[in-house]
Amino acid sequence: MTTTDTPTLARLGRLMVDNPLIPLTLILLALVAALAILNPAILSMFWVGNTLKIAIPLAMLAACQTLTMLTGGIDLSVGTAATIAAYVTATATPLIGAPGAIGIAMACALAIGVVNGIGIAFARVHPLIMTLGTGLIATGCLLVYQRSVISTGTIYPDVLVWLGTGRTWGLPNGLFLFIPFAALILWAQRRTGFGRLLYAIGSNETAARLSGVRVWQVHLALYSLSGVIAGLSGLLYLGMVKTASLSLALPLDLPSVAAAVIGGTSIFGGRGGYGGTILGALILTVLATMLTLLQMPEGGRRILYGAIILAVTALYIRLTDRS
Amino acid sequence: MTPAPASPAALLDARGVAKRFGAVVALRDASLLVAPGQIVALMGANGAGKSTFVKILTGVLRPDAGHVRIRGQDSTVASPAGARRSGLVPVYQEPSLIPDLSVADNLRLGDTPVDRFRHWVAELGLPDLRQDAMIRALPLASLRILDLARALAVEPDVLLLDEMTAALPTDLVDRVLATVRAQADAGRSVIYISHRFTEIAAICDRATVLRDGLTVGDVAIEPGIEEAIVEMMLGSATTAVATTRAVRPGFTGRPRLSVRGLATGTRLTNVSLDLRQGEVLGVVALEGQGQDELFEVLAGNRRATAGTVEVDGRPVTFAHPADAISAGLTLVPGDRAHALLMQRSVRENIALPLVSRLATWGVIPARDENRRVSAAIERLQIDTRAQGEVRRLSGGNQQKVTIARWIAKGVQTLLLFDPTRGIDIRTKRQIYALVRDLADQGAAVLFYTSELAEVRLACDRAIVIFNGRVVDVIDAAEADEQRLMRAAYGLTEKTGVPA
Amino acid sequence: MMRLLQLNAWTAGLAALLVLLLLATKLIQPDFGGSGLDSLARSALPFALATVGMAVVVIAGGIDLSVAAMMAVASVTAAVLMDGASDGQAVFAVIAVLLVGLAMGTLNGALIVVTRVPDIVVTLAMLFVWQGVALLILNAPGGGAAPWLRALAVGGVTIPGLPPALTDWLPRGVVFLAVVVALVWLPVRRSKLGLMLYAIGSDPQAAFRSGVPVGLVRVAAYALCGLFAALGGLTVTMATGIGEPIPGPYLLASVAAVVLGGVVLGGGRGTILGPILAVFILRIVRLDLTLLSVDPNVAAIVEGLIMVAVVMFGAVLATRGRKA
Repeated sequence: MTTTDTPTLARLGRLMVDNPLIPLTLILLALVAALAILNPAILSMFWVGNTLKIAIPLAMLAACQTLTMLTGGIDLSVGTAATIAAYVTATATPLIGAPGAIGIAMACALAIGVVNGIGIAFARVHPLIMTLGTGLIATGCLLVYQRSVISTGTIYPDVLVWLGTGRTWGLPNGLFLFIPFAALILWAQRRTGFGRLLYAIGSNETAARLSGVRVWQVHLALYSLSGVIAGLSGLLYLGMVKTASLSLALPLDLPSVAAAVIGGTSIFGGRGGYGGTILGALILTVLATMLTLLQMPEGGRRILYGAIILAVTALYIRLTDRS
Repeated sequence: MTPAPASPAALLDARGVAKRFGAVVALRDASLLVAPGQIVALMGANGAGKSTFVKILTGVLRPDAGHVRIRGQDSTVASPAGARRSGLVPVYQEPSLIPDLSVADNLRLGDTPVDRFRHWVAELGLPDLRQDAMIRALPLASLRILDLARALAVEPDVLLLDEMTAALPTDLVDRVLATVRAQADAGRSVIYISHRFTEIAAICDRATVLRDGLTVGDVAIEPGIEEAIVEMMLGSATTAVATTRAVRPGFTGRPRLSVRGLATGTRLTNVSLDLRQGEVLGVVALEGQGQDELFEVLAGNRRATAGTVEVDGRPVTFAHPADAISAGLTLVPGDRAHALLMQRSVRENIALPLVSRLATWGVIPARDENRRVSAAIERLQIDTRAQGEVRRLSGGNQQKVTIARWIAKGVQTLLLFDPTRGIDIRTKRQIYALVRDLADQGAAVLFYTSELAEVRLACDRAIVIFNGRVVDVIDAAEADEQRLMRAAYGLTEKTGVPA
Repeated sequence: MMRLLQLNAWTAGLAALLVLLLLATKLIQPDFGGSGLDSLARSALPFALATVGMAVVVIAGGIDLSVAAMMAVASVTAAVLMDGASDGQAVFAVIAVLLVGLAMGTLNGALIVVTRVPDIVVTLAMLFVWQGVALLILNAPGGGAAPWLRALAVGGVTIPGLPPALTDWLPRGVVFLAVVVALVWLPVRRSKLGLMLYAIGSDPQAAFRSGVPVGLVRVAAYALCGLFAALGGLTVTMATGIGEPIPGPYLLASVAAVVLGGVVLGGGRGTILGPILAVFILRIVRLDLTLLSVDPNVAAIVEGLIMVAVVMFGAVLATRGRKA
């Protein structure tokens, strides 16, 4: 096979493939531009800060999806884990103080992740089913817990409120948590053995095993980590909305998957990364703002939301098509 | 070389076929002429454009230029069904049967005439096949026969066979060759794609050779034509290859690997062997005689139910491939799909064993890794021009990557399972040279091959396995194909005691 | 052979479990009878239809996350069309709803085939789209339902000429379900389309090489799912008398029932009967727990535990079977 003159479109496609962040950034900028056209007054430092603030919990939950999707899995229990962490923190702080409450909350989130890990690693249950089931069980436990603390009232730990709603130089304090978090994940996915193994297992689990990888170890660690991240997101989200709700983070479940997918992480595993996911979360957040501005009825907004997710992913697949 | 003129009523006439994928030109000017009643071998090294050509002939792809005519009708068809209607029926390398359906359901699905199918299945050596057998439960060799029977049942004018005998035991190979020959004698035509010269010499009338997207030769098959064909495929003077191995520097002492009475599953009953440092021990067997299980146990992917394995004198049991790897036993699987991370880069694939243990989950020592990987790529002469995913590499280069992995990690005892299956000549020879090299440097190599001629080219000794036990142990110098063949059929009985 | 036995063994096991649970229910509440079965059937009906739709798609190797949303669209469409309409017009309303279901499913399938975006992602996006459509049609629960339609699924079966007591205990809901499934699925199953559905779920490449029009068959699978979702939405309106624009908890439940019913998530294997039995089993478990005065939240935990335990057990069995 020989290479001859490269048509421009093909070269463009190649560029997109090798640098998936480029088309995503372009889309994000296009959305922001559309927003500016709709309402020129909206673009301001405050708006930027607000968008970031809202996007952060979504981006964190989407990290769980990114990491699990790299191995060909998924984690549909993240919303529940986040909600539980938030609720337990809010209701246990009056009883045992913030540090203790947060500790227990994170332990619960970790427990959910570990149970997922055990089911997926040892019993080889499909992650979609396992995480759905664990989420169901966890929700039930949460409701039972709720009965017993129904009269204790709620306190939102100051540190969480500071992280969730405070601002420093116009930007949300949540960034103090998120930036190190994101940096760690971005670095780890390429530069650590664990990160490489996620891609390897997602690409070809048999090959990984024959090369000496004990896959169960990776799965167990992965889903436990996912639980922990979900717990952290829940805490941050609690600080943001300051409400002890039983369905706090559940609406973020599916969008977290959408953010990872839009960001270029393949649902089959072996391809993608957190960088794209962060952009995906931003795109979804800006999109939601835009739809609110358009003053459409709720139904119309939903339709557009879904249609745009579909369009973006279809475009992405078309551009990065390798047949 | 201009194509030899075909007989006036060429059954299949493909000329001037060109195809490019974006910037990559797969075919420039390929042609193939098949007369009625002819068996034409289609040959070419990997990357010559053969698979693209086949896809165009069978209607999976449309050519950018040129024509494909069957019985004079233009058949640049857009679908496999269309190609079938025009008279060309392919049998691909991968089985085309639905795993979760029965044989009968598969026939119904493909509108295959049942009676004719049954006739061919019996002809080809599987008369006891049950119609309600679940495809998933049948061995690969049976599936290939079923595919062939399905193709024959629709009475194609042109039958295209892609590596038909690759996974077949010798007895079934003979049946297939006889049936193919009979098809030609009845006036039908066959396009025969294979890397096995012995078969091509046995049944083919002509050979068309592709190189770099061009048809570079169309020759009649006669004794001694092999060298000319190889030259056409390689495009340059072929390097002379020693047909027997030179006398080895003496590695003596305790064997690196010592196996006694190994058994597992139903097919491995009692295998014993000794493998020394610096030795390349060949394993020869018909399909399904226990060699798969032997390699799986040694690689740590399967437990033995009886017998012992000793590495450097220490008894070992493996619960997981990681255990085997710690003991220095590394496997290159027969199926590249089991070995490669198709979407990842060449470097990532090669570096995989370096990050596989729990201790290596942390930061990757980049410099060390780069050094090892580059050394491996260098040594195997892997063509990394096609950047990006390993999926884009040719079969030969992919095979090199699977071997490079263990070069990077460090080779002590290398288990090679049919490493040259479906690989072009040039790469095969590179692999033989590499194996010899590794052995010279002190590695021990266990080399299972399904091509008898390879034993002499790459091994010091060979053991033959039949019915799950070792029936013959032969030095390479005496390992001619007749002796190997007889032993493979169980015609030489010896107890399983290694020489 | 082993596979066939294995598969039927699972369904037989489910049937046995169902019978056991019914007996247990009788033990817990001795006067559990026709009306109890009737309410059980009525509550199970939408779940069962959602599950059948999901099962068809999963057998064909896909998944449809938008079933519950499609059910909502069907429910509100039916309610709006039948609101204040005559009995005759109601028949057209039903037909219209079924056509809408087919259209939704066809669109889902077509998008999946044409855009080549993975089915999880497409149906995830379409989940939002259909949700939006339902809200646009009816932004709050409302509308009406024709009385004769409601009567189809309520109460016990009476056959003229036979004493009512003989057949009264059999809920009309079950008959409705059986008839609907038999009318739609059985002909498909026996036909070549049925084979093709299993084929593309089992091995799309091999199916293509066998001449199966993979894209078209895939669209057909999703269309069937849409049809069953429409039927499910209809039953929601039949049960409540109004249309519900907010999707109910049918997605999670249908996935669970499909898996519990012995259908492999990868496709190519499984029956429709198994998942239907699984739906009833799950509903009876919930009923029994309520009868035992168990905290409904604890009941949710139990349901989740059952699902996880069964799935783990099934996965272990599957790996064991493959190793042998």
